Amino acid sequence: MLGQIRTRLGAVVASVVLLQLLTTFTGTEYYLTQLTMSAYYGLLVIGLCALMGYAGQISIGHAGFFAIGGYLSALLTTYNLTPHAENSAIALLNQAGLLFTWENLYGESLLTFTPWAAALAALVCAALVALLVGIPVLKLRGHYLAMATLGFGTIIYRMALALPILGEADGIADVPGFILIPASLFGGEALMISGEGDFRIFNYYVAWAVVLAGLVLLMNLMTRSRSGRALRALHSSEEAAEACGVNTSRAKLQVFVLSAVYAALAGVLLTHFKGGIGPEEATVMKSVRYVALVAVGGMTSLWGTLFMGVGLSFLSLRGVFGSYDDAVFGLILLAVMLFAPGGLSQLNSHIPWRRLLPYRRA
Amino acid sequence: MLELYQVRKHFGGLRAVDDVSFTVDAGCIKGVIGPNGAGKSTLFNLIACNIPLSSGTIRFDNREIQRLKPYQTAELGFARTFQNIKLFADMSVLECVMVGAHSKGRAGFLAGMLPLPQHRREEAAIRRKSMECLEFLGIADLAESPAEALAFGQQRAVELARALAAEPRLLLLDEPAAGLNIYETAELGRLIKTIREQGVTVLLVEHDMSLVMDICDEIVVLSSGRKLAEDIPSRIQHNAEVIAIYLGEDYEPAR
Amino acid sequence: MSPELFFQYLVAGITYGAVYAVVAIGFNIIYNSTGIINFAQGEFVMLGGMIAITFAQWLPLFWAISAAVAITMLIGALMELCCIRWLRNPGILQMLIITIGVSILLREAALHIWGEGIRSLPYFYGDAITAWTFGPVRLSPQVIWVLLACGCIVLALQAFFNRSALGREMRACAVNRTAASLCGIKTHNMVTLSFVLSAGMGAMAGCMISPITYTQYDSGASLALKGFTAAIIGGLGNSMAAVAAGLLLGILEAFSITVVPLAFQDAVAVTLLLLILFIKPHGLFGSSEAARLKAF
Repeated sequence: MLGQIRTRLGAVVASVVLLQLLTTFTGTEYYLTQLTMSAYYGLLVIGLCALMGYAGQISIGHAGFFAIGGYLSALLTTYNLTPHAENSAIALLNQAGLLFTWENLYGESLLTFTPWAAALAALVCAALVALLVGIPVLKLRGHYLAMATLGFGTIIYRMALALPILGEADGIADVPGFILIPASLFGGEALMISGEGDFRIFNYYVAWAVVLAGLVLLMNLMTRSRSGRALRALHSSEEAAEACGVNTSRAKLQVFVLSAVYAALAGVLLTHFKGGIGPEEATVMKSVRYVALVAVGGMTSLWGTLFMGVGLSFLSLRGVFGSYDDAVFGLILLAVMLFAPGGLSQLNSHIPWRRLLPYRRA
Repeated sequence: MLELYQVRKHFGGLRAVDDVSFTVDAGCIKGVIGPNGAGKSTLFNLIACNIPLSSGTIRFDNREIQRLKPYQTAELGFARTFQNIKLFADMSVLECVMVGAHSKGRAGFLAGMLPLPQHRREEAAIRRKSMECLEFLGIADLAESPAEALAFGQQRAVELARALAAEPRLLLLDEPAAGLNIYETAELGRLIKTIREQGVTVLLVEHDMSLVMDICDEIVVLSSGRKLAEDIPSRIQHNAEVIAIYLGEDYEPAR
Repeated sequence: MSPELFFQYLVAGITYGAVYAVVAIGFNIIYNSTGIINFAQGEFVMLGGMIAITFAQWLPLFWAISAAVAITMLIGALMELCCIRWLRNPGILQMLIITIGVSILLREAALHIWGEGIRSLPYFYGDAITAWTFGPVRLSPQVIWVLLACGCIVLALQAFFNRSALGREMRACAVNRTAASLCGIKTHNMVTLSFVLSAGMGAMAGCMISPITYTQYDSGASLALKGFTAAIIGGLGNSMAAVAAGLLLGILEAFSITVVPLAFQDAVAVTLLLLILFIKPHGLFGSSEAARLKAF
């Protein structure tokens, strides 16, 4: 099985490289921008897949966690602290290296949090909010989580729309690049997550590296660890899992927080890549779309979810679905659940010859 | 080892379990029998901490356990099987049994994401232990099969293996013979005796008289939620009250 | 707070609360018959309003509303027939996602048919500024309409479930489907009926409230959330408690305006929902023992 994972991983890496070479040689490198964005959405949906497919809990609020990540890192890296520079707390943060000075598009000099500090704050905040929502809800059996997360997502959307500090309907723009490798390290130019054309290929690979790292971590968790087995066990029978010594509410809470952190990380990175974030990222419809992507990818298949997640997000970003974008995802969700609740890959499982094949695991 | 003291469970006006007290000594096989509706299953669920008591206490090693969650009793050394088999869907037999060893492991959630050497050693140990349990039950060749696809008797065996993988001190069996034929039942009886010889205390709730009479050291008879008798099998067989509830008032025991 | 303001908030709260109560009962009816939460419940309310507004261009108000209710009932029936009935032992997660899918499709359909604009039915009597004054209380006639309609819905349902043979059969299904089907009750039809009933109730509420709150293609989600909160506060499955809970939620929300900015009014319901789930997950009026036996 380990061999199978390595083969698939190799295949994905190879196709990622191939795609890049293909676009470079055909002069269609602009596709890489959407592929990079799709990869970040892929990161979000594999996190949701761990929650939905493996642990059997459904969240309709993942766009909310995405928005927490995106908005918080955007706010912290654009909110100018220069007027408060004399404040002792700010000075302390500055000395600790958490702040930096940069120039925005209009040549204005800003003192803000560094993207690293902002990202960390955003992830911690998302995890805390997930705890706050999850603790009351996950103690219960059943799918109360669906409604609670729907409510949570609605609040986040309303906040994004109503708070002046978050830019209301316009969102936050002019977010600085996320410097991963400073210029001083190798001489040359600093490498950063940002939407500038020069960094397009670099960003494409960064995004895929993050997604695949996230995927491998989840794979380890789900297929060969005690906690992952416990999650899959409680999915099919909470009672039996409890009898085996699994603290089911704790396990559900852990995976919920984990998937929230994945969503927030996707939000942080995508916001730096796009240079901004708007309230449309926080809508309930976005959350439903992520659920649809997990469903069509085959619930318990991280690979399938990643593939469908990236593929459909790419098509949507290219505007293939036009004004029926949301309707398409609703239809996909409904059709998959009605006709192939195990995902598209299992559509042909009723064909007799497949039963002759040896049993395959995730 | 396990002590029940004046255990009561009421559902509204119905007294499903009414004032039942008995003890299970370490290393013994204790059976709970009774006609349909006697409160056997309710009692079993009370001991497994699945439902809360109305009143009374249950002690394990002199520690009150009635307020614990089921997973906490598993940490104390309880393991159980289910009357209507509850195996885990989408898992192989081996994985199912490995879940049974959950409380033996330490590795946390984050450790599970990073395959650290320490964590891998623990996984290997759990896997080895689970294989041993499958071998003990003679189903090692099924290790990689999907658990759901097995025949009924095999599923029972997997449930038992899952319970044993926890290296329990007290094994709770909920009607383990239900749905088995007489040969399988006899085989099960031998197995339970072997398990006891390894130092595991067994409490079984059972409908099947032959199994209970054959293997139990002591038997508790329940009727309408109350304890009717508690004795060794040979004397239970001749207890007039027990015979009356099972076979009717007029039955004359064969001499 | 002046008495005038106090009563104004109170009346607004009761009006909204009545609608939440009706949505909550819709949740409960479907929950009782299928064990799932129907996420499209809010869309029924929206559809009722939208269809009535469309028909009101050509028909008298009464007939427009009747048509809207009938059509929404038909949509509810279709939803059950197409998406729920023929599934073989569906999981709860699967059915839940299906209702989410249906709600999205209904919402998107509404968007493409009626556009993004905000619409409303005309006031049933008088107009937006007509008000009857009772001492310190000023009542819009529409409020009376809402309360009357919601009260009638609740009473009619109560009579239906307690008096009619069909209602009793539905209750039998809610308690134990297998036993009910063994008694010769066609449980499948009861499920369809439960969708029809909740759709009709939702549509009715949607028409009544439309002149006050307006109707937009996406107004369903927030109503569903409030209705669900009311259903949880009352204890899932308990319709009479849901009425009390709905009114309570409406009044709380109305008075929350004095403390919380308008944009965060939804947050009040969600916070309340989380609090209830944390403290008393089986509802203020429910018993934990009974709730433990339920599947959801």
